[in-house]
Amino acid sequence: MGGVMRRELWVNAALWLGLICVPLWAHWAGEPFTITLATRAVIFAVAAVGLNIALGLGGLVSLGHAAFFGIGGYAMGILAFHAQNYQPLFEWPFVFEGSQSMPLIWVVAFAVSGLCAFVIGLLALRTSGVYFIMITLAFGQMFYFFSISWAAYGGEDGMLIYVRNGFPGLNTLDPIQFYGLCFAVLSAALLVQARLARSPFGLALNAARQVPERVRAVGLDPVRLRLLAFTLSGAITGLAGALFADLNRFVSPSMFSWQLSGEFIVFIIIGGTARLFGPVVGAMVFVGLEHLLGGLSEYWHVWFGALLLGIVLFGQGGVIGMIAGKARAHD
Amino acid sequence: MTLSLVFEQILNGLQSGIMLFLMAAGLTLIFGVMGLINLAHGSLYMVGAFCAAAMAGWTGSFALGLVAALAGAAAAGALIELVVIRRLYARDHLDQVLATFALILIFSEGTRWVFGSFPLYLDVPEALSGPVSLPGGISYPLYRLAIIGVGLAVAAGLFWLIGQTRVGVRIRAGENDREMIAALGVDIDRLYTFVFALGAALAGLAGALVGAIQSVQVGMGEPVLILAFVVIVIGGIGSIKGALVGALLVGLTETLGSVFLPVFFKLFMAPAAATQAGASLSSMAIYILMAGVLVWKPSGLFGSRG
Repeated sequence: MGGVMRRELWVNAALWLGLICVPLWAHWAGEPFTITLATRAVIFAVAAVGLNIALGLGGLVSLGHAAFFGIGGYAMGILAFHAQNYQPLFEWPFVFEGSQSMPLIWVVAFAVSGLCAFVIGLLALRTSGVYFIMITLAFGQMFYFFSISWAAYGGEDGMLIYVRNGFPGLNTLDPIQFYGLCFAVLSAALLVQARLARSPFGLALNAARQVPERVRAVGLDPVRLRLLAFTLSGAITGLAGALFADLNRFVSPSMFSWQLSGEFIVFIIIGGTARLFGPVVGAMVFVGLEHLLGGLSEYWHVWFGALLLGIVLFGQGGVIGMIAGKARAHD
Repeated sequence: MTLSLVFEQILNGLQSGIMLFLMAAGLTLIFGVMGLINLAHGSLYMVGAFCAAAMAGWTGSFALGLVAALAGAAAAGALIELVVIRRLYARDHLDQVLATFALILIFSEGTRWVFGSFPLYLDVPEALSGPVSLPGGISYPLYRLAIIGVGLAVAAGLFWLIGQTRVGVRIRAGENDREMIAALGVDIDRLYTFVFALGAALAGLAGALVGAIQSVQVGMGEPVLILAFVVIVIGGIGSIKGALVGALLVGLTETLGSVFLPVFFKLFMAPAAATQAGASLSSMAIYILMAGVLVWKPSGLFGSRG
């Protein structure tokens, strides 16, 4: 077991260094498109790390995490939309013009998507198993249709944000600097996940996934543990949504699409469930395949679907499992 | 706002509800008997619609189109059950979600590959086109009335099949104790393939019938699939009766909400704001209904399991 753990640690370190070196090389070689691809992968990885807190640690199969991704995106879109059009977002109790400052946008995106995750979790966690999957999927779809009907913020067409939002001391329009920001967020999210997994809370959550009766017997409430995990999970995915909106400088209902929720789960599975870097590998493989296969065939989703089917039916443990050895001892 | 408009909208709600029932019944049966969550059920709806449109376009006969929809969707269902789904019964829900998600990708892009990205059109048959006069001076499209009839007939047939026939006994026994009925000599593999193909045929029929009102295109199945999930959450997993009640509730709420909520808001709001508020609220109405049921009865109106 120790050897496997140490090997996973080395794989993780190599991946983390790769995420620093490859974009720096692309920057030096004058290939901004590679940096954009890497940024996209890193942002998806943040979303999947968020989901992994619910799915990997808590065993909650949420098929509605695009809702939080979209809420984060719309938080950015609405704040920036008001700032760029000089229409105050609200005038009472004080005049608020909106904002194009990333730190504030991130806080709002994190808080609002966390709040929504709390409310959805409160309802969905009254049930479990297959009900939970269907309910999260349904609430995700609710946000999708709501955003389409919300004409004030672009309805079906979405919102265009002309200038990327700013970050104090950085030029966010420079691809490598924006990448650096996203990478820092990813690193922070990974740190949170790693610390969480070893914290008393994480251990209790893990126990609640495996034997809820015993957790209840020692006086902890499994539902409250799961609700907390789901809230944090939604908040981190919402933060990723704000970054994604800034990468594209565009927000639309497609950020709420249920396919995206499915893809987030796919990232985790490709990489390996409950592995720290699983979502990162999964997002990288997905964005890479999207780019490579997408260039070869217009219908690349067929091949991607077949690959995914093969992984689910025959390959357990994901990419990290293949490199670093079988599942961890406590699973 | 006349009474005939209200009546017409109630019929529209019934029509969409009964089509939802055909989807939800298959899903809930498959979950009840095999314990499988099938995201690809929407793809079978799409397969049915495409088979109907292709066959009707080729032969000019809507009836043959319906036969093709039933046969095509049942065959597609049996095929994926034998090749893929069968390996998933013993797996956890996460693997089932992922594998059936992969099937959606394959079906959707495969269909786009074969038929192209443009929607196909399936014409309402000559004999059923045009409006019909109902008592009270209401004129209503005959085809929609016919779909309500077909849907009710299929629902009755399904209740008869599950409740009165030997196959139905086996299906109900399979829901309760699969080891025992296998021990009693029932070929459980064949039963599973049959149930899956039956669910697929129901989805295919719904796809073909609705395809003549809307366009037939890739991706048409998933919104209906998600609505069917809402129906099942409301009705309770594994219950056909729950699926029927849930489907009618969702169909009526959605249809009546989108028509009458804006009217309701106009009573005390400016027209533009009322239209906006009505549209937003009606887009969320069925999910609010679902949330209400969850608070009141977490395992659904007719569900036994939590």
